[in-house]
Amino acid sequence: MAFALQTEKLCKSFGALTVADHIDFRLEPGARHALIGPNGAGKTTFVNMLTGVLAPTSGSIFLNDQEVTNTSQAARVRLGLGRTFQITTLFRSLPVLDNVALAVAERTGVAKRMWRSASSCKDIVEESQNLLGVLGLADDAASAAQDLPYGKQRLLEIAVTLGLKPKVLLLDEPAAGVPSHDSGKVLQQLEKLSSDIAVLIIEHDMDLVFRFAQRITVLVQGQVLVEGTPSEIAGDKRVRDVYLGEAHV
Amino acid sequence: MSGYSADTRIRWTEWLPWVAAGLFFFLMPEYLSLGARILIFILFALSLDLILGYAGIVTLGHSAFFGLGAYTAGILSARLGVNDAFLQLAAAAGMSALLGMLTGAVILRTRALTLLMLTLAITAILLEIANKWSTMTGGADGLSGVQVSPLLGLFKFDLFGRTAFLYCLIVLFAAWWVVRRIIYSPYGAMLTGIRDNAARMHAIGAPVYWRLVMIYTVSATMAGVAGALLTQVNQFVGLNVLGLEPSGDILVMLILGGVGRLYGAFVGPVVYIVVQDTLAKQYPEYWYFGIGVLLIFVVLFARGGILGIFDKLRDKWLSHSRPKSSARASAR
Repeated sequence: MAFALQTEKLCKSFGALTVADHIDFRLEPGARHALIGPNGAGKTTFVNMLTGVLAPTSGSIFLNDQEVTNTSQAARVRLGLGRTFQITTLFRSLPVLDNVALAVAERTGVAKRMWRSASSCKDIVEESQNLLGVLGLADDAASAAQDLPYGKQRLLEIAVTLGLKPKVLLLDEPAAGVPSHDSGKVLQQLEKLSSDIAVLIIEHDMDLVFRFAQRITVLVQGQVLVEGTPSEIAGDKRVRDVYLGEAHV
Repeated sequence: MSGYSADTRIRWTEWLPWVAAGLFFFLMPEYLSLGARILIFILFALSLDLILGYAGIVTLGHSAFFGLGAYTAGILSARLGVNDAFLQLAAAAGMSALLGMLTGAVILRTRALTLLMLTLAITAILLEIANKWSTMTGGADGLSGVQVSPLLGLFKFDLFGRTAFLYCLIVLFAAWWVVRRIIYSPYGAMLTGIRDNAARMHAIGAPVYWRLVMIYTVSATMAGVAGALLTQVNQFVGLNVLGLEPSGDILVMLILGGVGRLYGAFVGPVVYIVVQDTLAKQYPEYWYFGIGVLLIFVVLFARGGILGIFDKLRDKWLSHSRPKSSARASAR
């Protein structure tokens, strides 16, 4: 069976420091999978290798059974890998609509066009507005992204990535920095995502993780400690020791 | 102002530069040579705005393309006897495009300070070649003997610069039209995305490097055409079209006018060259002082350049006369 995303013996070292140590990871199509681990476990490095920001020291990465270990970031996006950032990474000075439209235009190949006006590309604008509507941002389309409240910026981050119609979606701490009464809103939107999309979420908010994920992988010091269903993870003594003890689960 | 929510219709204010140029032609016939010079530097600044203002490429080497264009046109005429104006322009455009593509492909892999130094290195190398290869370029004495045949066989370059002025105006108008189309296009919107956040642009699958090489080539082409125009109007090429100084001058002009605003490229050279011309008559050795003071003033108090001051005044006026939400909507 083809996995949406798969790594084999993935390693990354910075000098003597090993931040990924033979990670074998599998994401099934349509999965709701969470990656957790204490600070410095190597979660973000792992995501950066998956997306092509960092080159692994050794090992391989497959996207729908196609090896992408050495392909560029842009090429992986075209193969259906979308990601959001832990630290909000938006086009801050551009309107909210344009943030999404730029992504949609890249996906549809319109972005290369020099000779017609952007605002006359009705299909791009409409699709972007629809996406904003789905995430409850329709009224903010005209504001600059930097003027949005932080919770909405996190939602916009997701909207931009959905504009790429990804088959695999990597959410790097989608609720990071969102006040706790708003993280419910983020979760609400995540639950609405199409079941065609395989989602891997990296998150510190254990409440969100246990409500959202069907499977959980625990990463400790660059190694996979254990993988299982939320109840298995919650019951695992090693996980409690290294991690969940401090998170009050 | 560009992007997917922009209104692309030409506003009445956008006709003002052309009306002003028309008035200038009829009202100040004794200043047409100066006028042609201003038009050429507007074209040069416009090409710089495309990469600096929209794509966010900071360069101190844009004179490489300006100078190559100038020398291409000059050498064609003075050494090879090709005096057709449009052939000279086309050759200058072609050479600059080629240089833009080749150097862009090498240097646009880098960013920030490294990129800045590499752009500077390229124009410095060209300056040294022009200086040493005197059999072709005339070296430090400059290249004289440049001739331009009457345009379309009809319009001779006259002593008062009437033909030169209108010729430069037509070329500038065409370039303005091209630049305006590009910045309002999806490509232009994509460039502002790269300027705003290159990491995000990579993450939505844009081949950022190739896109930058492409726009760098377009910009280089326009700068080359501007250089060729200068040669044709002056009928002379000097070493002062290459190196740090003209690169810095054009950067200062654009910053004075306002970066990334399209019309900043129009305002800046006018102010710069008029101030330069006026001060140089009074204080031939110290005119740079005036420019320096002006630049300090703009950088400290008007970060959006001279055009930015107008924008701020307009926003202030709008927020006084309308409720806040609608003022914000109309400021787009």
